[in-house]
Amino acid sequence: MLDVVVALVPAVLCSFVFYGWREILVMAVSVCSCLLLEWAITRYMLKKPSTLGDLSAVVTGILLGLNLPYTTPWWVVLIGAVVAIGVAKMTFGGLGQNIWNPALVGRVFLLVSFPTYMTTWSQPQGLFGADAVTGATPLGVINEGLMGGASVQDIMAQNGYDYGQMLFANLGGSAGEVCAIALLLGFVYLCVRKVIKPWITLTIFATVALTALIFSGVNPDRFTGPLFNLLTGGLILGACFMATDYVTSPMSLWGGVVFGVGIGFLTMMIRYFGSYPEGVSFAILIMNSFVPLINRAFHQKKFGRK
Amino acid sequence: MTNTIIWTIAIITVLGVVLALVLFLVAKKFRVEEDPRIDEVEKVMPGANCGGCGFAGCRAFAEAAVKAPNLDNNFCPVGGNDVMAKVAAILGYEVAAKAPQVAVVRCNGTCEARPRVNEYDGFSSCFVKATLYTGDTGCSFGCLGCGDCVGACQFGALSMDPATGLPVVDESKCTACGACVKACPKRIIELRPKGPRGMREYVSCLNKDKGPVAKKACANACIGCGICAKTCTHDAITVEGNIAYIDPAKCKLCRECEAMCPTGAIHGVGFPKPLDKDAVKARIADRKKKAAEAAAAAKAAETVKKED
Amino acid sequence: MGKRTFSLGGVHPHDNKISRECRIEPLPLAPAVYISVAQHIGAPSVPCVAVGDKVKVGQVIAEPGGFVSAFIHSSVSGTVKSIGPRADLAGRPFTHIEIAVEGDEWLEEIDRSDTLVTKIPEDNKAIIEKIRRGGVVGLGGATFPTHVKLSPPPGSKCERVIINGCECEPYLTSDFRTLLEKGEQVVVGAAILRQVMGNVPCTIAIEENKPEAIAHIREVIAKLGFEGIEVMVMKMMYPQGGEKQLIDAVMHRQVGSGALPISVGAVVQNVATALAVYDAVQKNKPIIDNSVTVTGECFPRQANLLVRVGTPLRYIIDHLGGVPADAAKVISGGPMMGRAVANLDAATVKGTGALLFLTEKQTRRAPETNCIRCGKCADACPMGLEPFLLQKLARAKDTEALEANAAQDCIECGCCLYSCPAHIPLLDHIRVGKGFVMSAIRARAAAAKAAAEAAKK
Repeated sequence: MLDVVVALVPAVLCSFVFYGWREILVMAVSVCSCLLLEWAITRYMLKKPSTLGDLSAVVTGILLGLNLPYTTPWWVVLIGAVVAIGVAKMTFGGLGQNIWNPALVGRVFLLVSFPTYMTTWSQPQGLFGADAVTGATPLGVINEGLMGGASVQDIMAQNGYDYGQMLFANLGGSAGEVCAIALLLGFVYLCVRKVIKPWITLTIFATVALTALIFSGVNPDRFTGPLFNLLTGGLILGACFMATDYVTSPMSLWGGVVFGVGIGFLTMMIRYFGSYPEGVSFAILIMNSFVPLINRAFHQKKFGRK
Repeated sequence: MTNTIIWTIAIITVLGVVLALVLFLVAKKFRVEEDPRIDEVEKVMPGANCGGCGFAGCRAFAEAAVKAPNLDNNFCPVGGNDVMAKVAAILGYEVAAKAPQVAVVRCNGTCEARPRVNEYDGFSSCFVKATLYTGDTGCSFGCLGCGDCVGACQFGALSMDPATGLPVVDESKCTACGACVKACPKRIIELRPKGPRGMREYVSCLNKDKGPVAKKACANACIGCGICAKTCTHDAITVEGNIAYIDPAKCKLCRECEAMCPTGAIHGVGFPKPLDKDAVKARIADRKKKAAEAAAAAKAAETVKKED
Repeated sequence: MGKRTFSLGGVHPHDNKISRECRIEPLPLAPAVYISVAQHIGAPSVPCVAVGDKVKVGQVIAEPGGFVSAFIHSSVSGTVKSIGPRADLAGRPFTHIEIAVEGDEWLEEIDRSDTLVTKIPEDNKAIIEKIRRGGVVGLGGATFPTHVKLSPPPGSKCERVIINGCECEPYLTSDFRTLLEKGEQVVVGAAILRQVMGNVPCTIAIEENKPEAIAHIREVIAKLGFEGIEVMVMKMMYPQGGEKQLIDAVMHRQVGSGALPISVGAVVQNVATALAVYDAVQKNKPIIDNSVTVTGECFPRQANLLVRVGTPLRYIIDHLGGVPADAAKVISGGPMMGRAVANLDAATVKGTGALLFLTEKQTRRAPETNCIRCGKCADACPMGLEPFLLQKLARAKDTEALEANAAQDCIECGCCLYSCPAHIPLLDHIRVGKGFVMSAIRARAAAAKAAAEAAKK
């Protein structure tokens, strides 16, 4: 878990730089409340030795913080942490027993319960920026624009979206949506350290790209292209850090591929046809539900057997 | 507005009636015909589903009992004679009352008496420990102390005593279902009759090593000396393979073996008064003296007869 | 050529071969030896001497108790003191023959000279009989009677003999020293095995961390001029020396579940077994001693000793200075698959290869935490099993599911336990699960046999 924390550091630092002290506050509240809650539940309810040492609460805290807009009030973040750790993790029995990714459960709960806070995305203001200027994420803009009847190319041109910007960051979005490079760096670090296996992430990227390619090839006015979809929204954060979480992902190679294909496809379906602009969180949570079944169906190849 | 309400009520009511009808018809069509006595028997069962009877739960016992020609092979140890009497009444069978049994832990290798000679650092389960080696003491037959029996008991009748390192049976909760007997890899726990007013005698050791070896490993071991068998006037004790065993059917609870045992391996449980070893030993000595005198007198009478 | 290795799993512990420079030295004779009659796979042997008999080194003291069984010979000369139960290193009682040592007289027929006998007898049946009479069993740890292994069932054909010189367990160096010091005998032994199996190609597999042995054996093969024998360099990986893994690495064939190596045409013998074959066939010397590595960082003097079978462990340890104060665990064998010694009064058997001393820090198990399904155990398993699943099933005693998930294929190598970041005692549970499955398989076989016999009537 320490490796995962280290891998997230570049993204966290980027988010601090772009979003300033408010982001630091969100991150601090998220991590601290996750830690506090896990300690309290383990100590007072389960009456077992503390499990904080495995740093899984820290990882959940960081991931939750990266998923939220930097203008989220501290008490909303706290509620998110309570749901993520208390409901999604500890009620199932603690580390290793949960079915759904805790950070995502927390985020989705907040999304559904506090839609205004969660969908008000602000432009990056820099480290000491003044009050936020509200706006929507690129995906949100596209979504609204499409509903308004414009075509994809028009919307892109209008807003001056440029891939270079998306890759290096500072378009509006949650902290985790920005700075793809920082996130990808972290992913590469985890692969090199052999902490995670890359095939789930790569399968998600490939499926997203392929689906987007097909759909935008058929109707470029209505459907956004592959590069746009790869770089926006929480896809990189989700694919690199949430989908690869050991506990909630399949064990075998082919199981992981099926998992990745499912996430990629569902993400694109929600983005294209759903009313939510962003689909990664839901896609991952839905596929998490299928993991026990996937583990039953896909077993490792055994020695000496066909 | 009222229209909506009326329509809502009407639709819901109709839906409810239709579904109820469907359920009723399906229940009727797919009904499994069963002997009604199975339900009756099941009602009087204790409902513990412990498997002590040898069947997979109380309902399985009921089914088997109804099908069987008599109740010889069906006995519920948890419900005991009360429940069996009720079952017999329902089915119209005769059932003989069985003596109630209780689980007895036949090892007295406490931490004091049986010193540890190595430390076990594996998974804490008697079953796993037994597959790896013979235990952390010098006695390879004794209790391994990890508490598999405690985990197996569904009635909470067993607990590990931290002072002695041995399991303790709570007789008020034990139903003699036999789960602990199966769970113990060393076969230390035995189901023995509770005895009249709860009194019983048993040899609390399973060590088959030769006397000196057994004694070195545990101060409370049975050394197979055979004194108990010689003392017993009811032919209840057998000594085989360096270990003594008291047959509960023949034991008359005189406690003479317990008094004569040099290591204290024989235990008496449930007796109202503590054993006065000296008194018992004196009684035995007295009886032997009288027997010797009688034998001498008989011999003298014979020789006199011969001379006549 | 790239170094060969097996296809699935494996771990890479540090090899810790701190005793590799220690030449094999003979251990002075103990005052008494205790020779077990159950030191091989198969039926225990039946003693054929009585208390009070005088025996010489190499004399038969127990005969095979069945088809899969072995002769046992006295490793010392002296008087038989007792035949009775004695605890082995796990505390379990087995019949041991106690011999009080008097002098060191050997049977006349044993050739004790150092001359290398390179001419191999032509009669294969006679060779196998000599191997059988020599009580030769697999000295790689499994102790399977060698003459049975060399007599494949009709219909199976051997295509290659593999001599296992991998010694993949950390700390162990006795096979390495045997290759260096008795390389010529090993090569002749390999040539004998090769001939007996039908003049098939023979590969001596040595791990890359033994370059001196590789070079030496290659020299010996060239010098002695034996054809059909080659040295293959293996990648340093555990369990490279596992029989199935080695066959996979050398021949690229995987032995099926429940099948024997001969089913893919392979016969694997350890280096020490090849040496024992040489001794038995060329020198009329039965197995009466073996090399034991005594090692461990906390052990003051590393050694490779030539120990007579039946020597009490305590005697060996005392000879080298006694158990070190900071040693917490004594292992018979290596750290991965060896057995912890619970009884130091136990005696060595033919399969004893090492005595390893480890400190508390090196061996104390860390507290177990929850399984996070990271899958490292499954990655590490050389048999492609899923230990995280097997341990759960074993705890639940689900025999059917255990069999479906191939618990019976587990070779108990310990790679899973080694890689688990949550310190779950995976192998402990899998072993239990394996026990359930094996009893179920045996029960089925017995029932099938009974049914077949009933059908005949």
